Amino acid sequence: MKLFPLPLFASSGARLFALLGLCACLMVVILGQQAHAQSPDDAALLESLGTGSFNDKSEAINSVAASGTPRAGEWLEAMLDGRLQLAGDGTLVIVASTSGRSLEARAALDGAPMGTIERRELKRIPINNALRVQLRGAIATLDLSAEDPAVRRAAAAGLFGRVDDDLVSLIEARLEGEEDESVRAALERALALPRLERGDVTAIEALRGSQDNAVRLALTRAAQSGDAQMAAAAQQALGEIERRAEINRWLQQLFFGLSMGSVLVLAAIGLAITFGVMGVINMAHGELIMLGAYTTWMLQQWLPGQPGLAVLLAIPAGFLVSALVGIVLERGVIRYLKGRPLETLLATFGVSLILQQLVRTMISPQNRSVVTPEWMSGSVMVIDGLSLTLNRLYVMLFAALVFLALLAVMRATRLGLEVRAVTQNRAMARAMGIRASRVDLLTFALGSGVAGLAGVALSQLTNVGPSMGQNYIIDSFMVVVFGGVGNLWGTLVAGLSLGIVNQWLEPWVGAVLAKIAVLVFIILFIQKRPRGLFPQKGRAAEG
Amino acid sequence: MSEDFAAKRAGMAHGWLVRPWHERSTQVFLFSVCAALALVTMLHLALPAGHPLHVSAYTVNLLGKYLCYALLAVALDLVWGYLGVLSLGHGAFFALGGYAMGMYLMRGIGERGVYGNPELPDFMVFLNWDRLPWYWHGFDMFWFALVMALLVPGLLAFAFGYFAFRSRVSGVYLSIITQALTFALMLAFLRNEMGFGGNNGLTDFRELLGFDLRQGSTRLGLFIASGVALMFGYLVCRALICSRLGRVGVAVRDASNRVRFLGYRVERVQLYVFVVSAMLAGLAGALYVPQVGIINPNEFSPLFSIELVVWVALGGRATLYGAVIGALVVNYAKTWLTSAMPDAWLFVLGGLFVAATLLLPQGIAGLLAQLRRRKSAKRDEDREALT
Repeated sequence: MKLFPLPLFASSGARLFALLGLCACLMVVILGQQAHAQSPDDAALLESLGTGSFNDKSEAINSVAASGTPRAGEWLEAMLDGRLQLAGDGTLVIVASTSGRSLEARAALDGAPMGTIERRELKRIPINNALRVQLRGAIATLDLSAEDPAVRRAAAAGLFGRVDDDLVSLIEARLEGEEDESVRAALERALALPRLERGDVTAIEALRGSQDNAVRLALTRAAQSGDAQMAAAAQQALGEIERRAEINRWLQQLFFGLSMGSVLVLAAIGLAITFGVMGVINMAHGELIMLGAYTTWMLQQWLPGQPGLAVLLAIPAGFLVSALVGIVLERGVIRYLKGRPLETLLATFGVSLILQQLVRTMISPQNRSVVTPEWMSGSVMVIDGLSLTLNRLYVMLFAALVFLALLAVMRATRLGLEVRAVTQNRAMARAMGIRASRVDLLTFALGSGVAGLAGVALSQLTNVGPSMGQNYIIDSFMVVVFGGVGNLWGTLVAGLSLGIVNQWLEPWVGAVLAKIAVLVFIILFIQKRPRGLFPQKGRAAEG
Repeated sequence: MSEDFAAKRAGMAHGWLVRPWHERSTQVFLFSVCAALALVTMLHLALPAGHPLHVSAYTVNLLGKYLCYALLAVALDLVWGYLGVLSLGHGAFFALGGYAMGMYLMRGIGERGVYGNPELPDFMVFLNWDRLPWYWHGFDMFWFALVMALLVPGLLAFAFGYFAFRSRVSGVYLSIITQALTFALMLAFLRNEMGFGGNNGLTDFRELLGFDLRQGSTRLGLFIASGVALMFGYLVCRALICSRLGRVGVAVRDASNRVRFLGYRVERVQLYVFVVSAMLAGLAGALYVPQVGIINPNEFSPLFSIELVVWVALGGRATLYGAVIGALVVNYAKTWLTSAMPDAWLFVLGGLFVAATLLLPQGIAGLLAQLRRRKSAKRDEDREALT
């Protein structure tokens, strides 16, 4: 039996590589052209900023803002802060800060670093209050004149809540000339708040469904105003905002539930293989998870300053460490207890105690914290008012990948075939020439390795400590039993739904009671369907 | 030889059943416990404190604690050894019995508490409760607390077992559900709102039936009471095992499907034995709490429940006296190791789990039986050589 169609992989990989290379070439060409295009005009524009009367400068600012040169924003900001300064030789430079005797400077024209320049050799470009107002407006609306509609849209969205009276006319002028629908909508929204303050009822239309606190405040104020028509419209808009907020809260909870569920799935999926498929009760499963988490921590200690790399390396390393411990466990203990599940349970529980104590004495009884790499911290705003934390998203993605990989291994590889054969009819499988004990070993190693992967993922969400595995072992068994033994899909469904139910119950009854409720529910559920959500069918089920 | 025969003949009157006190092993067991109780009492009372053989009040207290553990182990052995139901939640029944007794002792503190409230225990005053919760009523009476110590674990076992056995949950599934049960109870009892003292549990007990708990004589009394309870529990278990019901239970352990096909209601047998075992565990808990002076949700932790499984496993399943030996040996080792080498205890406990299952599947009792067989075989050989 052939495993994966490897040649196809290789060729598509090569194609991908070629495509990437092509993209890179194109980028270089485009960037080069841009660099080329800027010079002559830009020099004149820059020159005009630094010279002449305030009136001349005012005109210069307008022409810089209208020119669309990529450095315009930098220049105008520097000018506003007083960081745009005239050097002794007549060129304009931008200094990093205005305090100190010698200032770090770079050329304003192309951004080339110029080292440090003595302060007395520099002259600040003077501006007055009118110019300051003009500069702020120009900076805020600068990107509104960009070529790319996406940039314009982002700039317009960024204006929201920052529009003061000076900007209103500027933006309204932009709105006239804007053609892109989405940018227009964003600009309308940006203008709506000041318009509302002025008592413009039509502005409310643009604010519908916004989750911004400023909008809510403004609308609440408007709803209490004397104008009946205004008050009614604002009230209606507020109701809509509330509804949207409700949906957002609901989505947020769903997300947390899914995240918790995917952690459960990760923790339980290894067990679904060792317990579900092989029928081996491994109470040390939680400790294999813990070992995976400690591997991540260990790698971060060895690679200081590169937490991201360490986490990536921890994925194979955690798998290997836990798989190796699993192999030792299988060869040393479990093999001798075949067909005696209760004894296996006890022996592996003993092993779990030993592993815990081993970590306690060799590393520390205290919790260790694993650094979350930069690209995994923070959150992304999905829609207005709903942001999801990145590390949870990554863990969900990781859980999905692990699940799919396992499914592929069980369905499409020789090992998977042999595992299924041995679980269905051990004697017959052996008669067909399958080395059952070797299959046992490999399956157990696979399940243990997946536990290690779960540990790597968990290290990004919770503290890493010697007893962290214990928190997951009962839950994991519950998930496997709930989903139906020997069924990976069942584990997925059970894990996700338990996570969601738990998260949904928590705000009502508190974390502890939610947990108890879930446990009681499963106990009752087992009464009704002792073989789980998706029971195995056929002769294998009778055991 | 002749005694065995007599025992068999006495049993003949009831068909193939044997009365427990006619059994040689029961007689030996009861005699040993009585002798041990008498010996410790004598060494404690008769010898002066400085004498090398003197048993201190501390040791008496410790031994009393061990005897409670032994009773708990016997209760577990009844369901695991003779029914094939490995409960990983027997600690819950033990703890419930303990809480019932703890509530009585708590009410007994009265005005002597820190806050001096005659009605409410200290922790309730601390939580600003103005009334006793309904389930705390009646616990000012000793008999009520004792009945509850048996009834509450029994009821829980009944409710749990009714559902579990009816739907034929067995083997490992049952073990894991019982573990989840005790885990859920631990979480529940950790909550202050439950009204059982939360994390700290119930403590600062003063007196039991008017006897000061801190006095040596009270401790000796409790020690003897624990010994008597152990003998009582042993007899109950033996009587149950020797009854028809017990025989069916053993058959259920070995081949539950066949028993069911023969027309027995397997779930009823299981339920009956399970409830009796839970009540014995509750009794053990009730005797345990006045001796250690505290009961908190730790007793509910899955680790404790599974630890007591290793007592039975090491001592030897399905022997009852093996469970007692296991409980005494492991707990003595624990007391000694946790003071001598605190780090090593979990290694030893873990190693015990592995060793007991891999190397000593019959436990210490099995080892003893093996030795005895070897000796008698040798005697037979000798006899044959003589003739």
